[in-house]
Amino acid sequence: MKNSKLATTLLLLGAAYCLLPVVWVLIASSKSAGELFSTFTLAPGTHLLDNLGDLSGYRDGLYWRWMANTALYAGVGAAVSTLLSAMSGYALAKFDFPGKGLVFNVILAGVLVPGVILAIPQYLLLSGIGLTNTYWAVLLPSFISPYGIYLARIFAAAAVPSEILEASRIDGAGDWRTFARVVLPMMRTGLVTVFLFQFVAIWNNFMLPYIMLGDDKLYPLTVGLNGLLNQGASQPSMYTVVVTGALVSIVPLIALFLTLQRYWQVDLAAGGVKA
Amino acid sequence: MSLTTTRRSIRRAGVPYAFLAPGLLLFTLFLAAPIGYAGYLSLRKVKVSGLGLGSKSRTEVWAGLSNYARSMTDPEWLPSVYRILGYGLIVVPAMLGLALLMALLLDANRTRPALSGFARISIFLPYAVPAVVASLLWGFLYLPRVSPFGYALGKLGIGTPELLSSSWVLYAVANVAVWGGTGFNMIVLYTALKSVPTSLYESARIDGASELAIAWRIKIPIVLPSLIMTFVFSMIATLQVFAEPMTLKPLSNTISFTWTPLMKVYRDAFVRNDIHSAAATSVVIALATFLLSFGFLKLVGRRAFDQEDS
Repeated sequence: MKNSKLATTLLLLGAAYCLLPVVWVLIASSKSAGELFSTFTLAPGTHLLDNLGDLSGYRDGLYWRWMANTALYAGVGAAVSTLLSAMSGYALAKFDFPGKGLVFNVILAGVLVPGVILAIPQYLLLSGIGLTNTYWAVLLPSFISPYGIYLARIFAAAAVPSEILEASRIDGAGDWRTFARVVLPMMRTGLVTVFLFQFVAIWNNFMLPYIMLGDDKLYPLTVGLNGLLNQGASQPSMYTVVVTGALVSIVPLIALFLTLQRYWQVDLAAGGVKA
Repeated sequence: MSLTTTRRSIRRAGVPYAFLAPGLLLFTLFLAAPIGYAGYLSLRKVKVSGLGLGSKSRTEVWAGLSNYARSMTDPEWLPSVYRILGYGLIVVPAMLGLALLMALLLDANRTRPALSGFARISIFLPYAVPAVVASLLWGFLYLPRVSPFGYALGKLGIGTPELLSSSWVLYAVANVAVWGGTGFNMIVLYTALKSVPTSLYESARIDGASELAIAWRIKIPIVLPSLIMTFVFSMIATLQVFAEPMTLKPLSNTISFTWTPLMKVYRDAFVRNDIHSAAATSVVIALATFLLSFGFLKLVGRRAFDQEDS
C-alpha cells in the first residue's frame, strides 16, 4: 500500500514537471506586457484576446502564414515520405531480388546518420540548382526517411500475407493495382504511425529551414518564433507576441496527439508498432 | 507460351526495383550524395590569387587535411567538445532514467487507468512541443522575475540562482532536452513492457517476489533491447544539440556562437563563409557519433536492428 502511494506521487510529480511550462504559457498568454514580468507567474491576466489580436496584427498576419507554411511542410513532406516508405518497405519485405540485402543495410545505416553532416552539403547542392529559399528546399530533404522505410518494411512483412498477393496476381491485377488496392489498406495502421513520426519531425524541425530559408514569408513556426524572440531581446514589448505565438504554435500538435493517441505505441527495438 | 512466361518473369523481376526507385533516388540525392560531398569539401580549400578580385582569382584546390588541422586547433573547438560531453553525461542518463522510472510506474499502475492515463499523456505531451518552443518556454521560466520557484524562494527569503548564468546554463539547457525527450522514450519502454504477459509477474508474486525485485529482475531485462536503442538514438541527438542553445541565446549572454560543436559548424559555414573548415568539423562530429554509437552497440553485443526476415 505504501509502495503504491509512492508510485502515485512520483507519477504525479512527473506529470507536473511536464505540464508546468505548458500551463505557464497558457497563463502567460493572458497577460499584458506589463503584467508578464510583474504579476505572480501563475496568476492569469485578462488580455488573451488582445494578445491574439497583436499576434495576428504582427506584420499583416505573418504569424498565420508561418502556421500555414508549417502545415504545408509537415503535411506534404510526411504524406510523400509515407508513400515512398510504403513502396520501399513493401519491395523489401515481399520480393526477392539481387541486391536486396545491400539496399536494406544501406537504409539501416541511413537511420543512424547524424543530420549535422548533411546540413552544409544539402544547402550547397540545393543552392547549386537555385532551390534554396524556396518551399522545395525544406520539402525535398523531408521526403526521405530511412527510419520510415525501416518501419514500413516491418509492417509490410507482418501485415501483408503472401497468399493474398498471389491471389490478386492470379485475378490478373497489375502490380500497382495490387499495391494500391490490397497492400496499402492492409498496412494502414502502421503507415499512420510512419506519417505521424515524420509529421512531428518536420513540424518540430529547426535547423533545416533555418539554414535553407532567407525570406521570412517562407518560414515555418520554429524559425519564425526564434526570430521573434531575437527581436524581443531589444524590444521587450514583443515578448507578449512571442509568448502568445508559442502557445498557438503547440495547439495543433497537441490536438493531433490527443485524437490519435492509439497510434503512439512504439517498439523501437523490434521496430514494430503495437496498435 | 514459354516466351510469354519468360517475358513475364523478366517484367516481374523489375517490379521491386520500380517500387524502390523513387525512395532510392531521393536517398542518394539527399543522404548519400551530401555525405560524399561533405567529405570532398572538407579536403578542399579556396585559393586566392592576386588581389582576390574578380571571379577568376578564387580557385578551389586540394587542401589535404589542413581544414581538419585548422578546425581542430581553433581555440573554441575543445571547449565546445567538453561542453557537449558534459551536457550528454547529464541529459542521456537523466532522460532515460526518468523515462524508465515512469514506464515502470505506469506498468505497475496498469490497474488504475485514470491515473496512469493522465500521467502518460502529460509526460508524453512535451514531444508535441518543438525544441525551439520548449527552449522559449523554459527560457522565460528561468528568468528570476518570471520563475514560480523564484517567487516561492523569494518568499522564503532565499535568493534565486541565475539559471542562465555561466555556472548554471549547462543544466538549464540540459533540462530543456530532458523535458522534451523523456515522454517519447517512456512510451517506447512502456510499449515494450506491455508486451509481457501479466501471468509472468503473477507467478513471481506468488513466489513472494517484491515489486522492486520484479522490476529489477524481470522487467528491466525485458526492456533492455529497447533501452539500448533509446540510448543510441539519444546519444546521436545529444551530440547534435542546436535548436535549444540557439533559442536560449538571446536570453543569456553566456551562450556563445560556438557553444556546441554544431553551432560552430553553423557559424563557420554561414557567418564566416568558411564552408571547408565547417565541412571538416561536421565530418569529425559525424565520425565521432558513428564511433560512439557502433562502439556502444558492439560493447553490449547487439546489432543496430533486428534484421531477421519475418
